Amino acid sequence: MGVGIEVINLNAWYGTNHTLQDINLNIPANHATALIGPSGCGKSTFVRCINRMHETNPIARATGIVRIGDLDIYKDAKPVQIRRRVGMVFQRPNPFPTMSIYDNVAAGLKLNGYSNRRSLDEIVERSLKNSALWDEVKDDLKKKSGASLSGGQQQRLCIARALAVDPEVLLMDEPASALDPVSTSKIEDLIFQLKSQYTIVIVTHNMQQAARVAEKTGFFLNGRMVEFDSTHKIFTNPSDKRTEDYITGRFG
Amino acid sequence: MTRIRFQQSLDDLKENLLVMAGLAEQAIQRAIEAYRVRDLSICDLVSRSELAINRLEREIDQAALDLLAMEQPMAIDLRFILSVIKINADLERVGDAAKSISERVRHMEKMAAADLPVDIPRMAALASEMVRKSLQAFIEADAELARSVLTMDDAVDAMNRAAYKALTKVMEEESHLAPQALNALMISRSLERVADHATNIAEDIIFWVQGSDVRHHKSVILGANDPHAMG
Repeated sequence: MGVGIEVINLNAWYGTNHTLQDINLNIPANHATALIGPSGCGKSTFVRCINRMHETNPIARATGIVRIGDLDIYKDAKPVQIRRRVGMVFQRPNPFPTMSIYDNVAAGLKLNGYSNRRSLDEIVERSLKNSALWDEVKDDLKKKSGASLSGGQQQRLCIARALAVDPEVLLMDEPASALDPVSTSKIEDLIFQLKSQYTIVIVTHNMQQAARVAEKTGFFLNGRMVEFDSTHKIFTNPSDKRTEDYITGRFG
Repeated sequence: MTRIRFQQSLDDLKENLLVMAGLAEQAIQRAIEAYRVRDLSICDLVSRSELAINRLEREIDQAALDLLAMEQPMAIDLRFILSVIKINADLERVGDAAKSISERVRHMEKMAAADLPVDIPRMAALASEMVRKSLQAFIEADAELARSVLTMDDAVDAMNRAAYKALTKVMEEESHLAPQALNALMISRSLERVADHATNIAEDIIFWVQGSDVRHHKSVILGANDPHAMG
C-alpha cells in the first residue's frame, strides 16, 4: 500500500542556484498528485528530492524534511533504501537494451541479491500484469529484449521494473510526453489503476493529463509552490492569479 | 506563449454574443412598441429579428463548441465559454418571448380596444432593464452588477401575479373582454419569462467571473456566505 509524503521547508540548490524554496505540502497516500509548472520551475527537482536522486549531482544539495510514511528520508535512511520504497519512471523509456524483457523487470531485485527463481517468476508476472503489459509480452519474456518493444510498451516495462521492488511511492516525471495518444491513454489508465496500491506523483506539462489522472495538483513557479489544491479547484477556479494565468496559457 | 489566436477567438465569441443580445433586447422593445401602438408592421420586424437570432444562436454554439474541442480551455476561460453557451440559449428564448408577444398583438389588433387593468409597458420596462443590466454586467465582467439583476426578478414576478389576478377578474366579470384579457395575460407571462432569462444570464455571469454557482440560492443573492461556491 502507498503511504503519504510530508514535505516541510524543503529547499534545494544546484551550486548557487536556489531551485526550490521553502516547499511545504502533504501528498496523500494512494492518490495521484500532479505537479505542473513551466520548464525550470523546480517540479522535477522536487520529485528528485523525494527519492534523494537530487543529491547524486555533486553540486546539488537539499535541506528540510521529507517523510515517506514514518521515514524521515534525509535523517533515517540511505539513498539506496529510499529507492526501494520509491520507484521512478522517467520521460524517455529507459529499458536496459541488451537485457530480455524478463531480466529488465527482475533487474532491481537481482541487484538486491534476490535469487529465488520461482518467486522471481511470480514477481515478474505480477509486475507485468500490474503495468498492463503481460498479455502483450508473456510469450516472449526471455526471447525479446526490452529495446525491441514499442515506445509505449517500453514505458510500461519501466513501470513494471519500478513496481517489481514493491515500492510505496511511484514518481513519474513526464511519463507520457514522448508517447503517442494511444500509449498515453494506456499509461493514464495504468495510473488510475495503480493508485489504489501506490502513492503516485506525476510531473506533467500536459494540463489535460493532470486534470484526467490526479486528485491533487500543485503548481510550481520559480522554485516555489504557488498553489496546491484539489485538481478540480485548480482547473476550474484556482485561487492564485498566477495559477490561472499559467493554466489558461497566458504565460509559460 | 500567449495564445493570441485563442484570445482572439474568445473576443470574437463575446462580440457575437453581444450582437445576439442587442437583437434580443431590440426584439422585446419592438414587441412592446407593437403592443402599445397596435402596429403589425412592427410585428413583422420582430419576426425577422427572431430568424436572425436563431441563426446567430447556431453560429455562437458552433464557435463555442470549436473552442472547447480545439483549445481545451481551463479555469476562467472554460467558465466563460460555458456561460456563453448558456447565455446564448437564454437570449434565444428572449427572442422567442418577443415573437410570442408580437403574435398576441396580431390577435389583439383584430379585437376592439379595451382598457385593461395591467401596465404592460411598465412591466416590459423592468424586464428590459434586467436584460440591459445583465448585458452590461457581461460587457464589464461585473459580478456585483449581475447580482443586482437577481434582486429585480421578484418585482417582475409580483407584477405578473398582480396581472393574473386582475385579468382573471376581468374575464370573470366582463366576459366580452375575455379574449383581450387572455392575450394580455399571455404577454405578461412572456415578460415574466424574459425576466427569468435575464436572471439566468446574471447567474451565468457570476459563475464566469467568480466561479460561484448561485442558482436557486436567495441567500447568496443577498450576500450571505455561498455554500456552493466551487472549491
